[in-house]
Amino acid sequence: MTEPAQPLPEDLYRTIRLIRRFEERAIDLVRSGDIASGIHPCIGQEAVAAGLGAALRRDDIVMANHRGHGHLLAKGSDPGRLFAELAGRLTGVARGRGGSFHPSDFSVGVFGSTGTVGHGAPMAAGVAWALARAGSDRVAVSIFGDGAVSQGALLESLNLAALWKVPVLFVCENNGYATTLPVETAVAGTITGRAAAFGIPAGTFDGMDPETVFTAAAEGVARARAGEGPTFLEFSTYRFDGHHTFEHVTRLRYRDEDEVAKWRSRDPLGIQGGRILAGQRQRIDEEIEALLDAAVQFALDSPRLRPAEASDYLYATGLQVRGGVADYA
Amino acid sequence: MPKLSYLRALNRALGDEMERDPAVFVLGEDIRLALTNTTTGLLDRFGPQRVVETPLSEQGFTNFATGAALAGLRPVVEYQIPFLLLLVFEQIANQANKFSLMSGGHTAVPVTYLLPAAGWRSAWGAQHSDEPYSMFPHAGVKTVVPATPADAYGLFTSAIRDDDPVVVFAPIAALGLREDLVAADLGPVPLGVGRVHRPGRDVTVVAVGHLVHDALAVADELADQVSVEVFDPRTLYPFDWDALAASLDKTGRLVVIDDSNRSCGIGAEVLATAAEEMRLIAPPKRITRPDGAILGFSPELDLALQPSRQQLATAIQHVVKDGG
Repeated sequence: MTEPAQPLPEDLYRTIRLIRRFEERAIDLVRSGDIASGIHPCIGQEAVAAGLGAALRRDDIVMANHRGHGHLLAKGSDPGRLFAELAGRLTGVARGRGGSFHPSDFSVGVFGSTGTVGHGAPMAAGVAWALARAGSDRVAVSIFGDGAVSQGALLESLNLAALWKVPVLFVCENNGYATTLPVETAVAGTITGRAAAFGIPAGTFDGMDPETVFTAAAEGVARARAGEGPTFLEFSTYRFDGHHTFEHVTRLRYRDEDEVAKWRSRDPLGIQGGRILAGQRQRIDEEIEALLDAAVQFALDSPRLRPAEASDYLYATGLQVRGGVADYA
Repeated sequence: MPKLSYLRALNRALGDEMERDPAVFVLGEDIRLALTNTTTGLLDRFGPQRVVETPLSEQGFTNFATGAALAGLRPVVEYQIPFLLLLVFEQIANQANKFSLMSGGHTAVPVTYLLPAAGWRSAWGAQHSDEPYSMFPHAGVKTVVPATPADAYGLFTSAIRDDDPVVVFAPIAALGLREDLVAADLGPVPLGVGRVHRPGRDVTVVAVGHLVHDALAVADELADQVSVEVFDPRTLYPFDWDALAASLDKTGRLVVIDDSNRSCGIGAEVLATAAEEMRLIAPPKRITRPDGAILGFSPELDLALQPSRQQLATAIQHVVKDGG
């Protein structure tokens, strides 16, 4: 497969706009009850997904996390099938079994989104090691937040990846908070210092600018493809919304308004929108709205799951298990 | 053919599967030099890309194996010590075992976890003597505990070929067992199929792992008083309930001997299921480790906490008497 070309400014804008409006509409669907429980919105962080997605080939692999809708969309997931997943419908990317928390989309190389923070990193390393062992030049990417960087399993994966020169990218979206915990009160030393300790090239970049993200990611991908091993990228970013939509109800206060306003002034939508013509921007916005109208409709028109299907796919071998009550037949 | 030991059977199964399927590889600690003897000779045969020596990094390399499986390989992960399965319980039960469902059936995680040192070894202390096999059926993870060399070969082979995660517990007390076997005796043993080691009419003894051999010895001792059927489930999950029901249809009496701690051990599940769904003409009994047993450093104390032949003989005599 050929390497992705430098993305056009309008293409990066389109991805950011798609993710932003997807998330806003997903929040509407949480409010209407069509998406049960809620989501972890990535509003504000779209530039990381957009720049990273543009640097990857379709056959590269991503292990995302709980704030992962943007990663799937940037990797090429169909918005209708992703909405359907969030709404627990059969047509979802994971047939409604992953939900917002654990979506995977094997049709575009997103192998999963684990809820155990940081534990996707060793999995991504394992994926990448297996791909390289098979003689391929595909790479794998693990995407995690600042909350993951002190997890033992993640640090163990840095060691394994460096030891074995695994073609993996470790991508940290540092949005400043692990749920409510400020990064300054959680991380001793630095985030990139962790990677440096294992001899992994690491850098910190502006995560609000998708072109910066693309350039940094493309360099890491090139190193991995050339057999030079892992790269660690920290992107400074910010989520404009809550950790989870439950914050719309609980109204936890852990960030002051000045801080939020400062980051909002660097909205990736504005940064990338400023690089294209107004007319172009308007056309893309309209195109995205039409796409998402159809996507939401597709999801809501899709069949719901039936209770009899609860144990389907529990085992890859199709093993049938006992139910929760004894069979008196 | 010389007698095949249990350990050699594990080694042979792994080598045969690596020979048969290039996707199979093994990773773990000290496996190049085959500290546990399960990987003897494999580095020379298959090289370091398929015999992958890891640092002491169990959570990391267990998830790493999940990733390799997602990418199409069939990892076999070895752990030296039972408590390491507690350390990686999350990675097996919450990660590897959930990917099939979470992906809506779009992927599989065919990893085999091998513990060739389950249970007690004299004077190794409180953290090397656990028998944690009952945790995995509770979490829905396929679990096998072979009792004989032929079953060790056959169940390990099936575990590697299975598309789901499978944990293989090889009891320390069984590792030295030897069996006269010819090559034709060695083949896959399907998961979920129990084995009647000795047919009997009066009592069904369900014995797990090395305790199968204790049950057979007790059955012999009591042969002039009671006819004991010794049933070895071989796979704890999925359990061969049909075969147990067939045995109880015949005997109507049940004793379980199980090296788990008493609360929520597999013995409890066997008794509960038999009581709910099967033919019993006498109250069943189970012999286990005590609740929350910690086997420590003193052999006298440790032995007092483990299921014994005497306890089994007494329990068998009780259920026969109770049943009239």
